[in-house]
Amino acid sequence: MYKIIQKRQLNSQVHLIEFEAKDLAMAASAGQFVILRVDEFGERFPLTLYDFDCENGTITVVCQAIGVSTRKLCALSQGDSVLDISGPLGRSEQVQNVGKVIFVGGGVGTAEVYPIAKAMKQAGNDVTVIIGFRTKDLIICEQEIKRICDNLYITTDDGSYGRKGFVTDILKELLAKDSYDLVFAIGPLVMMKSVSGVTKLKSIKTIVSLNSIMIDGTGMCGGCRIKYNEQAKFTCVDGPAFDGHLVDYDDIILRQGRFKNKEEQSTKHYEHKCQIKLK
Amino acid sequence: MREQDPKERIKNFDEVPYGYSEAEAVAEALRCLQCKNPPCVKGCPAEIDIPGFIKAIAEKQFSAASAILLETNNLPAVCGRVCPQEDQCEKLCILRHKAKPIDIGNLERFAADWKLKNGFGQEKPAIAQVIGHKKVAVIGAGPAGLTCAADLAKMNYNVTLFEALHKPGGVLTYGIPEFRLPKDIVMQEVEQIKNLGVDIKYNYIIGKIKTIETLRNQGFKAFFIATGAGLPYFMDILGEDLNGVYSANEFLARVNLMKAYKFPEYDTPVEVGKRVAVIGAGNVAMDSARCALRLGAEKVYIIYRRTENEMPARKDEIYHARQEGIEFHLLTNPIKIIGDETGNVKTIVCIKNELGTVDASGRRRPVPIENSDFEMLMDTVIIAIGNGSNPLLLDTIKELKLTRKNNIEADDAGATNIPDIYAGGDIVTGSATVIAAMGAGKKAAKAIDDFLKTSKS
Repeated sequence: MYKIIQKRQLNSQVHLIEFEAKDLAMAASAGQFVILRVDEFGERFPLTLYDFDCENGTITVVCQAIGVSTRKLCALSQGDSVLDISGPLGRSEQVQNVGKVIFVGGGVGTAEVYPIAKAMKQAGNDVTVIIGFRTKDLIICEQEIKRICDNLYITTDDGSYGRKGFVTDILKELLAKDSYDLVFAIGPLVMMKSVSGVTKLKSIKTIVSLNSIMIDGTGMCGGCRIKYNEQAKFTCVDGPAFDGHLVDYDDIILRQGRFKNKEEQSTKHYEHKCQIKLK
Repeated sequence: MREQDPKERIKNFDEVPYGYSEAEAVAEALRCLQCKNPPCVKGCPAEIDIPGFIKAIAEKQFSAASAILLETNNLPAVCGRVCPQEDQCEKLCILRHKAKPIDIGNLERFAADWKLKNGFGQEKPAIAQVIGHKKVAVIGAGPAGLTCAADLAKMNYNVTLFEALHKPGGVLTYGIPEFRLPKDIVMQEVEQIKNLGVDIKYNYIIGKIKTIETLRNQGFKAFFIATGAGLPYFMDILGEDLNGVYSANEFLARVNLMKAYKFPEYDTPVEVGKRVAVIGAGNVAMDSARCALRLGAEKVYIIYRRTENEMPARKDEIYHARQEGIEFHLLTNPIKIIGDETGNVKTIVCIKNELGTVDASGRRRPVPIENSDFEMLMDTVIIAIGNGSNPLLLDTIKELKLTRKNNIEADDAGATNIPDIYAGGDIVTGSATVIAAMGAGKKAAKAIDDFLKTSKS
């Protein structure tokens, strides 16, 4: 059992949750993820580590309530527990001083930008962060990221905050004006695909973080396999970070939908159960 | 053995054979000749006193029968169900010349089940871990790890068993389906092992959360690595990334470990189409095919590149699969999988083989017949062609000697090139049987005991 010691709502759908997990916190590093299972009936699902605190023995994740599992997790309160947390999983991000780095975050992916940007800043890099959201109400982690970077740009699709438009608009402008050594992109697959398209033209090394459907997270199920440079790779053990220019995004986008029908059925079942509880 | 009717059982996940009644078990046990020099024991990797436990059943001393089993075998209810007795103990039974050999497997199952039903809770309370006794770490709670941990606990070592998943059992839990090995049975036998004083830590991936080195620093004096063969092989053909293509590991883990057969009561889904192809013909392939059938598939095919004679699955499993209506495409090999515009499997293209000359495995090599390729409509493809060694832990022990196939190099007793590290089960042998893994766990426990008795620290 892993107890929730802090929970904070970041926007209407996104929650920050801090768990007691001493051994896990001691082993964790930026860029890694965990697999959670909320209750006996629950799925195992991956979430990237937002933060970890060795002194207090805690780990923090940021979760967007979309499917049944994430909704179950977000419905818990401080003091509640989840049954299982396994990790830290995946390779840790190589943190070194490379010079000028741009981070691009989209939606809830912004939370995953934070730990790596923080570590890269601490390693002495010049860190620029671009984060994009649909609208002002969905903006998360603005203050936290502001504190750990040199420049922060925010875009909203509807122009309700920051620049109206997409993260790639700003990225293109920055790359036109100045030279950069590395780009990190974490967010929706279509965003990471666009970012990789932009940086490929300029031949700037680009790292993306992939979060596929998986069960064990140790390479056993092979469900998270992606096409990468014409080869099969497992995001759980070979990733989650990959060279963005070698990833076949269209293939992953199709694979992410492989349980779509079942997910809808599961959501209906969950909502029905919630209604019964309320009555 | 009485069994569920095939027409009925393909609609449920309940166990297929019913198991012996007391009267049936006693009658079968009375057939045993009680050989002075019993050949059956020589066929048992766990060296169970087979005539002894059968005699106890014949005398209706069921509790005593189970006690004899538990002396040498920590998972008798599991073994009674999944051991290939026909190739081991039963193969050597004297009676095979005259009539049928004694049904040792089902007698073992009977005695072990009797204990779980009637005897549980009567035994002495859990032995607390004795402080001051040497600490041993066992990595992986599958058949090899559970056996080794139990035997070491019986020798009064302070044993911690580290398991990567959230449930114990390894392949017994994630791989073998409910209808062949009920999970309740596995959990109850694991409970008995915990009662010996074994501490199991779940969600604990050694190599990630801790390394062998950190465990050494925490005072662990010996290690048994039993992480299994957990890296699924794919075929490297076109279309394996399509939706509807699973490794058998993923498919079975969804169904068994995560209980997708009870979806949506359980949250984990599994998508099974009307037409399912399972590639391979081992026990894992039969399990996958029979699960697919129970999940509503209309047609399930086993596609295998050699002939029935070379199929690695137990005869019993092949028989059960055929009985349930699974169709076999033998001497057939997939060459590509074709998808529709939404990325789902649409067809599978196969080529026919003929048998050529004998290869390194001693079997005749399948050779493709030119222009014999044909296409079958398909919705789901499950790849069950075996597993390799998982590098997750091994990569963190740089000095550990591996074989060419990246399995751990260990001798018969499980000793590796590092004095305090022992290994056994599939991580040493590659995919093998439950009982072989248990045998390796037993031998390693003895070897670890010898090592710790003679080591100074």
